[in-house]
Amino acid sequence: MMQFACPHCGPRAQAEFVYERTVDSVVALDASPEDAMRTLFTRNNPRGVDDEIWRHTYGCRAWMVITRHRVTNEIRAIEAVGPESLI
Amino acid sequence: MSQYSAFGLLRGAFNGQKHWQPAWRDPQPKSHYDIIIIGGGGHGLATAYYLAKVHGLKNIAVLEKGWIGGGNTGRNTTIVRSNYRLKPLHDLFEFGLKMWEHLSDELNYNVMFSPRGAMFLGHSDADMTKLAERGDAMRCDGIDADLMTRAEVAKFEPLLDMSRAARFPIDGALIQRRGGTARHDAVAWGYARAADMLGVDIIQKCEVTGFVRDGAAVVGVETTRGRIGAGRVGICVAGNSGHVAGLVGLQLPIESQTLQAMVTEGVKPMINSVIMSQSLHCYISQSDKGGVVFGGDPDNWPSYAQRGNSKVMEGAVAQGLALVPALSRLRMVRTWSGVTDMSFDGAPIIGETPVKNLYLNGGWCYGGFKATPASGWTYAHTLATGTPHALNAPFALDRFERGATIDETGSGPMPNSR
Repeated sequence: MMQFACPHCGPRAQAEFVYERTVDSVVALDASPEDAMRTLFTRNNPRGVDDEIWRHTYGCRAWMVITRHRVTNEIRAIEAVGPESLI
Repeated sequence: MSQYSAFGLLRGAFNGQKHWQPAWRDPQPKSHYDIIIIGGGGHGLATAYYLAKVHGLKNIAVLEKGWIGGGNTGRNTTIVRSNYRLKPLHDLFEFGLKMWEHLSDELNYNVMFSPRGAMFLGHSDADMTKLAERGDAMRCDGIDADLMTRAEVAKFEPLLDMSRAARFPIDGALIQRRGGTARHDAVAWGYARAADMLGVDIIQKCEVTGFVRDGAAVVGVETTRGRIGAGRVGICVAGNSGHVAGLVGLQLPIESQTLQAMVTEGVKPMINSVIMSQSLHCYISQSDKGGVVFGGDPDNWPSYAQRGNSKVMEGAVAQGLALVPALSRLRMVRTWSGVTDMSFDGAPIIGETPVKNLYLNGGWCYGGFKATPASGWTYAHTLATGTPHALNAPFALDRFERGATIDETGSGPMPNSR
């Protein structure tokens, strides 16, 4: 199992975290219908590194952005975030 | 290459079985094909076979980055059924199920299709209502579905925990008796051999690394074995659709996730059917070799790693043991994972893409194996004629922007139900 270093709680088992979506798939409130549709329904889905939004659901319940390699599971960075910085 | 037969086997017995030949050729790629299929899994090979057999095309190649049977075709839980509630889904899968019933004869290869019954358990009144509704929808389209009472379930699968104190009390079930299992490797090998006999070039260890464009159209592919020209190109790489489509700059309504399965040591027959559940996500069947095969939820986050998480495995096994307590005495001997294309409505995508001459077959989530013949048949039709078959027309890539999603679980725009 992966281990994520929660910015608030320190290293915790991945089982405590829930994946939400990628950073670039958060729909902006003023997005055009075409942009909203593309953001909502499509993903880059790279066979490599992507920025993912996870939540420490069974811990401090804070959101964070985890930059992770999707083949090796190598974690490049974990950043605490607030709702403002996602939009 | 000769047909397999009982007589051939008997003749082989007298010459030390020395007559066996490789089941398909190992050709060098030509410089140009009329149709190139990327991905030598069951679906890609079936597509090539029907292109040659039904549409009479001769100049076809299947490009496989690894080896035949090494991808998702060899990593699933081999379940075959068509018991979906929504019409586009059950029409497609039922078309496939009818093909499964004759597939061994069609391919001259024993795919060991075993229609032992696919049973969905219900654990509450709500479950039974949902199951009855699904059964009705199927029967309206002529597909077999029977509701079973608690007593019938107990008789049919004696090892289920039928006590009222069970963790998941069983109220009844919906069974599709024509559903069952098949030998997954044999499906890939059977289609590969049959397609090869019709002149299809199956090129292994040939990974596509890019597309050759001429203006708006795709006119070939770059591969680890050089550039190959093509009239039409069909992507058929479920699990890696996002990656391959990304090579031509397409973003798909797909996220790749890991799905795990596992098998116990071989024992005498103890599970008669395929056991599934309306409320749980756990499926149990027993292979002809005797191992009890388990599957469960996907890992629920994006991954291209062909390995999964112990927590998800534990969850599937916990559900399995709650349903069939006797399984607790068995040792788990092997676990494995596949990378699945989780689409944003849970249904596959088969059809054209915005790029001219480029077609897509993917997004099979965790339900692609059972569709292999139907997927090949409809995709071959689409590639040969340039227009979708009636069965795959609802599964067009642009259905999301048209608001015409096929959402069996009603879960909304996420690449898995939650």
